[in-house]
Amino acid sequence: MSLQSLDIIARSATTNPSPQIRHTEEVAKLIDISKCIGCKACQSACMEWNDVRDKIGTCDGVYDNPPDLSPESWTVMRFSEVELEPGKLEWLIRKDGCMHCADPGCLKACPAPGAIIQYSNGIVDFHEEHCIGCGYCIAGCPFNVPRISKKDNRAYKCTLCSDRVAVGMEPACIKSCPTGALVFGSKVDMIKHAEGRIADLNSRGYQNAGLYDPAGVGGTHVMYVLQHADQPELYHGLPNTPRISPLVSWWKGITKPLMSIGLGLVALTGFFHYVTVGPNEVTEHSKEEVEEEEEK
Amino acid sequence: MANPSEPILRYKASIRANHWFVAITFILMAISGLALFYPSFFFLSYLLGGGQSDRILHPFIGVAMYIGFLSLALRFWRRNYITRNDQQWMKQIGDVLQNREENLPPVGFFNAGQKYLYWTMMLTLSALLITGIMIWRPYFAPYFSIPAIRIAVLLHSFSAFVIIAGIIVHIYAAIWIKGSIPAMTRGTVTRAWARQHHLDWYRKIGK
Repeated sequence: MSLQSLDIIARSATTNPSPQIRHTEEVAKLIDISKCIGCKACQSACMEWNDVRDKIGTCDGVYDNPPDLSPESWTVMRFSEVELEPGKLEWLIRKDGCMHCADPGCLKACPAPGAIIQYSNGIVDFHEEHCIGCGYCIAGCPFNVPRISKKDNRAYKCTLCSDRVAVGMEPACIKSCPTGALVFGSKVDMIKHAEGRIADLNSRGYQNAGLYDPAGVGGTHVMYVLQHADQPELYHGLPNTPRISPLVSWWKGITKPLMSIGLGLVALTGFFHYVTVGPNEVTEHSKEEVEEEEEK
Repeated sequence: MANPSEPILRYKASIRANHWFVAITFILMAISGLALFYPSFFFLSYLLGGGQSDRILHPFIGVAMYIGFLSLALRFWRRNYITRNDQQWMKQIGDVLQNREENLPPVGFFNAGQKYLYWTMMLTLSALLITGIMIWRPYFAPYFSIPAIRIAVLLHSFSAFVIIAGIIVHIYAAIWIKGSIPAMTRGTVTRAWARQHHLDWYRKIGK
């Protein structure tokens, strides 16, 4: 969805700089997993506000429903049963979806100008009208979030309700959460809020409680309070140290201009070869040789 | 006894048609592929109707190009075996570039440069086909893991870079070596051209 152009700080496949005169506060969604009861009100609110409906699926034996993120389901509860100490089962429920990275791999990989937009408040948004359906964002994303629709071959994911946030409202999921597991505000405030939550968890025996705001992607604008921040993998494979794959960085980083310049240089070398050394023409000598040999 | 002014047939009509089929599809592939590779080339996608249609057409044209290439490559296969003379020719690349052909070992139907381009095409176009299928949406990419797709997409762009550079050299060589273009447009070359650039071939057909 398009927002005001003054708030754009990065635009996919665009080399010219974005408007810079306006500064906005960075926002963040904080997901406190220790408070989540897995009610999926946020999933419903997301569908309702964004007015997209996933098809009715089937139960595949776990509580995850739908079983995966999809073009219509931009957030999904992931249920993990773990037993860190024998006899002490923990049901870890993680609200999965776009993390809104400060260094977004999707945007880096995207070849379509303006199909992925990063706003100065930290939201990374897909503008589907410019999406060409190549799926490069899927290769770029360290969290396996974007999904391409079979209906229109365009990529979809959580917008962090960029339309609501732009007019001073909180995202739909936040509004629906009955336990306060989801909170939204400036990133600074959310980090402060998380500190209080972590202190509380520590006092209740969760020595490794902590904030998930991974530095490998420059920090994220969706953060988690984890009871076991030392083992984020416990939470349905949340990556421990996510970063843009070096393969993606080589592909869409320095090689991009280098290869382009390389092709230009090859062509220019040919041109300068022609105007210095010159063409290779059939010589009089060759013509005479042919005439002599044919006469024999 | 042949007439020295009578041209020699180098490429028959079916070879020429085959060559130009590959050439035209290659240009379309380079245009549509570069558009997706680097933002500065994105405008090229409008030649194929915009980003979406560029993304849709690119792989289909690619398969057509590969089939065309295979057909041409199989017909040229035996003529592209690398010989001792070819290795010597490559060592004297300075003489080649300075138009001092008289210092070079005699050349058969293809010179070493043409042969190495042939094998480069064989390698890169095959790599492009395989990695291209792996990243082909919406049909095949969903069957491959994201780490595999990352490797594929990197190899795809690297192979494309190598072969686009190779084809630029190929086109330049045709402009540089005068008398070469009619070989592929009308099929014929002059006897003197054949003698000067492909002495062994000239001797062989003279028999």
